[in-house]
Amino acid sequence: MTTLLIRGGRIVDPATDTDAVGDLFIRDGRIADLPTGEVTADRTIDASGMIVCPGLIDAHVALREPGFDEDETIRSGTAAALAGGFTTIGCLPDTNPPVDNRASAEFVTLQAERAGNCHVVPLGAVTKKLAGEELAEIGQLIDGGAAAFSDGKRPIANSEVMRRALQYTRMFGKAILHHPQVPELAHGGVMHEGHYSMLLGLRGIPAAAEEIMVRRDIALAEDTGGHVHLMAVSSRSSIDEIRQARERGVNVTADVTPHHLALTDESLQTYDSHYKVDPPLRPRDHVMALIDALKDDTIKLISSDHQPYASEKKVCELDLAPSGICGLETLLPLCIGTLIRSGHLSWPQFISKVTVGPAKLLGLAERGTLAVGSIADVTIVDPDVEWTINAQAFQSMSRNTPFDGRTVHGRAQYTIVGGDVRYECRENVGADAR
Amino acid sequence: MSTADTPRPARWTRRHLLGLQELSPVELTQILDQAAEFKRLAAAGEQKLDSLAGSTVANLFFEPSTRTRTSFSLAAKRLSADTVDFTASGSSLSKGESFIDTALTIEAMGVSQMVVRHSSAGAPQLLARHVKCSVLNAGDGTHEHPTQALLDLFTIRENRGAIEGLTVALVGDILHSRVARSNIWGLKKLGARVIVCGPATLIPPQITELGVEIRHNLDEALEEADCLNLLRVQFERQRGAFFPSISEYAHLFGMNGDRLRRARKDVLILAPGPINRGVEITPDVADGPSSVILNQVTNGLVIRMACLYLLHRAQLEAPAGDATGKDLS
Repeated sequence: MTTLLIRGGRIVDPATDTDAVGDLFIRDGRIADLPTGEVTADRTIDASGMIVCPGLIDAHVALREPGFDEDETIRSGTAAALAGGFTTIGCLPDTNPPVDNRASAEFVTLQAERAGNCHVVPLGAVTKKLAGEELAEIGQLIDGGAAAFSDGKRPIANSEVMRRALQYTRMFGKAILHHPQVPELAHGGVMHEGHYSMLLGLRGIPAAAEEIMVRRDIALAEDTGGHVHLMAVSSRSSIDEIRQARERGVNVTADVTPHHLALTDESLQTYDSHYKVDPPLRPRDHVMALIDALKDDTIKLISSDHQPYASEKKVCELDLAPSGICGLETLLPLCIGTLIRSGHLSWPQFISKVTVGPAKLLGLAERGTLAVGSIADVTIVDPDVEWTINAQAFQSMSRNTPFDGRTVHGRAQYTIVGGDVRYECRENVGADAR
Repeated sequence: MSTADTPRPARWTRRHLLGLQELSPVELTQILDQAAEFKRLAAAGEQKLDSLAGSTVANLFFEPSTRTRTSFSLAAKRLSADTVDFTASGSSLSKGESFIDTALTIEAMGVSQMVVRHSSAGAPQLLARHVKCSVLNAGDGTHEHPTQALLDLFTIRENRGAIEGLTVALVGDILHSRVARSNIWGLKKLGARVIVCGPATLIPPQITELGVEIRHNLDEALEEADCLNLLRVQFERQRGAFFPSISEYAHLFGMNGDRLRRARKDVLILAPGPINRGVEITPDVADGPSSVILNQVTNGLVIRMACLYLLHRAQLEAPAGDATGKDLS
């Protein structure tokens, strides 16, 4: 029997509506009732001044293995997740070969077990070879561990294929995580189409490329009763559509990313490819709409949309560079800055977006909560510690972040997976000095 | 010339010339005046100067170009610089080496100025962050083509005495035109009124935020314009059909003799070239008395001499590291 006591922290668990200073007791990898009387444990962590919350969950990240091991491996990506405070991540299937059959899903799970960092739940491909034409073996993928389905950054352009996919996955109660974008409107685009794309002479992607697909997906979800989850939505009009659809009872959910909250298309003025992301960064009014949607719970998830790329792929001409930010290790401080310190969300509201929301989307019953008996995945956050993001110190193999050198507040100090302390932040003395 | 009253800065301080967006009216005028000085010297028989003797100018052309490359090369030679030419068709990545590595290799051979033409917008900005030498943008994707706009400004000023108060119409494919973007910055800063004219598919609506007016009818624009700059339709940059046919484009937006007769008597016809005869412009207009197209080519040489000269001076006069901060994004 092993025990862990986390003493004196502010325990925030939106799943059980808890927000109080107290102690958390873990026995044999599960959250346990606090023993009465004098409590002793194999290990005690002093969490005074810190937030103790369920381990963070990211519904979709790219881990690149197999096929693109120069960008990331399952081992390095899960180490990055731990450093960012994540205990479970959903892994996108857009590898080479893609995760479109049972064996490849089991490979992901096996590699994650070997790495021994955080939990990884594979997302299966919706279509064979991610080609958007024929459904993948969805039932067998579920048997291999797939928690949900996605074709990653490839939009399923064929509406009939998407309709069938929603009908079929409904049978299993699984969601389809879709990248809502009309390919022909986005083709060759580098950034949001608007004032700055005009100024910079960069090919724009109109917001309509996202909005049209959001409307289509909502219509198909409404028609089929299937669950469509829209990944990394970024446009104001998309938000309006999602809000109205949810009011009608359509099974549609969505997430936003920290970089779409922290940055605008103005950043592209530097022509720095680290600002090239998919969907593109939008102007301020879109960003405000995303924040409003988080506040009124139209959007229940925040995901890092971790897209690591080796430096030689990113440091090049903007139109040749791939899109994406290496996001696992910066989500927490960026959200603390843009959402909590700026007064938009409370701590329980924010934590809900990275615990309850993704756990529900991926159907992870015993995670995303500190309820007694659930798996003891816990993150301990120092909410105030000031630190400077240093891409060179990332656990991820890639360094593609526009936030390198930015001074931020708040950081995961301990990441506990199944009762086991898998990560301890040693860079800041803040935690121990308290 | 209308620049006598304009206060000049003590010295040119920019290490790079990446675009006209960041230049002040005073700096624009400084370049035009320097070019005028070179033109005067040439007319007086001083074709060759030794201002850049001992320095090396590299022409890095990652996109095909004949006239701009030749003009830069000749300008450098007129100033007694050594020149090296590097041309690569298409993307540098197609050869396996990155654009930055190619440029760093050339710089290591002892280059003090680098003239860059690239099909990607922002490539000169990227380069300026990685090299120590001066970077001169010779056209980047659909972003800017500063020396082309400067020679347009020079030609207009030479013919009309001043830029301020003139109405200049840029006609054609504004969306894909780096010449249009640089022209808009330069013309607006020097006090001109700018009209952009072309099919709705080739004019970004946000362009009015730069203080320009949009027309979709050439005959309307024609009545108001002192100068018409007829931009080439950039077929190679378009990703599909932006208008139904070439003949329809020529019908609606081509400058021909009939239209010229309805324009102002003293209208100036400019074109950055190469021109598609019969599309944007008919031969009678291109070769007619209103056309200053060949003067533009002549003036391009002195404009590029002026740019090379001023950047060289900034390098010489700046204490180490001084002239770097202002224009590095």
